[in-house]
Amino acid sequence: MEKNLEEIFQDKIDREIRIEPKDWMPEKYRQTLIRQISQHAHSEIVGMLPEGNWITRAPNLRRKSILLAKVQDEAGHGLYLYSAAETLGISRDEMYEQLHSGKAKYSSIFNYPTLSWADMGAIGWLVDGAAIMNQVPLCRSSFGPYARAMVRVCKEESFHQRQGFEILLTLSKGSEAQRRMAQDAIDRWWWPSVMMFGPKDDESPNSLLSMKWKIKRFSNDELRQKFVDICAEQVKILGLTLPDPDLKWNEERGHYDFGAINWDEFWQVVQGNGPCNKERLGARKKAWEDGAWVREAANAYAEKRKNRQSVNAA
Amino acid sequence: MSTTKSEWPLWEIFIRSRQGLDHKHVGSLHAADAQMAIENARDVYTRRMEGVSIWVVESRHIHASNPAEAGALYDPANDKAYRHPTFYDLPDELKHM
Repeated sequence: MEKNLEEIFQDKIDREIRIEPKDWMPEKYRQTLIRQISQHAHSEIVGMLPEGNWITRAPNLRRKSILLAKVQDEAGHGLYLYSAAETLGISRDEMYEQLHSGKAKYSSIFNYPTLSWADMGAIGWLVDGAAIMNQVPLCRSSFGPYARAMVRVCKEESFHQRQGFEILLTLSKGSEAQRRMAQDAIDRWWWPSVMMFGPKDDESPNSLLSMKWKIKRFSNDELRQKFVDICAEQVKILGLTLPDPDLKWNEERGHYDFGAINWDEFWQVVQGNGPCNKERLGARKKAWEDGAWVREAANAYAEKRKNRQSVNAA
Repeated sequence: MSTTKSEWPLWEIFIRSRQGLDHKHVGSLHAADAQMAIENARDVYTRRMEGVSIWVVESRHIHASNPAEAGALYDPANDKAYRHPTFYDLPDELKHM
């Protein structure tokens, strides 16, 4: 019987029929999705921190309003994704607990510090650019609630990348110091962004199953190549450079060749030894603990309002 | 660390994108009561003027059909093609029908 269910399931996947929460699914599919979606949600939430760092210091009101809206979107994206994960049977509190205990991961990119205003530009252009590259195919992911959340996320994300590029473009046309600041931000964010696509295909054990189940549609290396190709062209508009001496157009492949990735750094950051891992997790835990009274007060207020309504009704 | 017991209830959110259209399910969120669920839904699901009206329903009040029984449930409609206008074989000269 079990075998039969699994065949029906795979047949639906192959025919591009979306899987919905109450449909039968292999336990491993459920667990893979819970891990991936919650990790994605945590990334949105932790991802607010590096940019939140600059809201009060944005150079003008226009930039400040934009940055506020972007960070608010990220909170929203986290919430869409948490609720998609909850349809698979995990509670919100369990997910928070996994984040706070370090059991669940989030994207390593957010463990790097934001040192200058130009970092807001580099994050928008490169980090959000890489995220979009990953996320667009997820809009066709086989699990319905995840795909629907991603459609919403992608619609909103496009302004994030554009505002980032605009920041860099403005700086690139500014004073010499401003150009240097923009170049420095690109130099620091480029390689971590390239790493955002995850380990090389032959070292990514979960990828094969995720492709078979159409949770993922493209491999890490395919998406990474696409990202490099696009950025190598876009950086020319800024009149700046990407920090890779091996970056070169390869006529034969029809792609840019690029230099070796420092995988040791990647794994160090994943394992918690990046520049800001402790600070980021500390900030999340503090927000959760300091927010306890708000959660309790809302419950108390809801109770009071309910009682008042029943008195009025009587 | 707090436990699941204190978790705010889950609400399903439905949004009418403009007058004349149905409310459509957009997702869910947690809130302490219905009023706060509407306020949260405003912030989470209508940041870009996506709605003119919001419905919130506590998720535990939603009753759903069982996908495993879909075959039997929809079977009665399966063999009634004559309910569709294309079932009828009519001459091409016939206009406005």
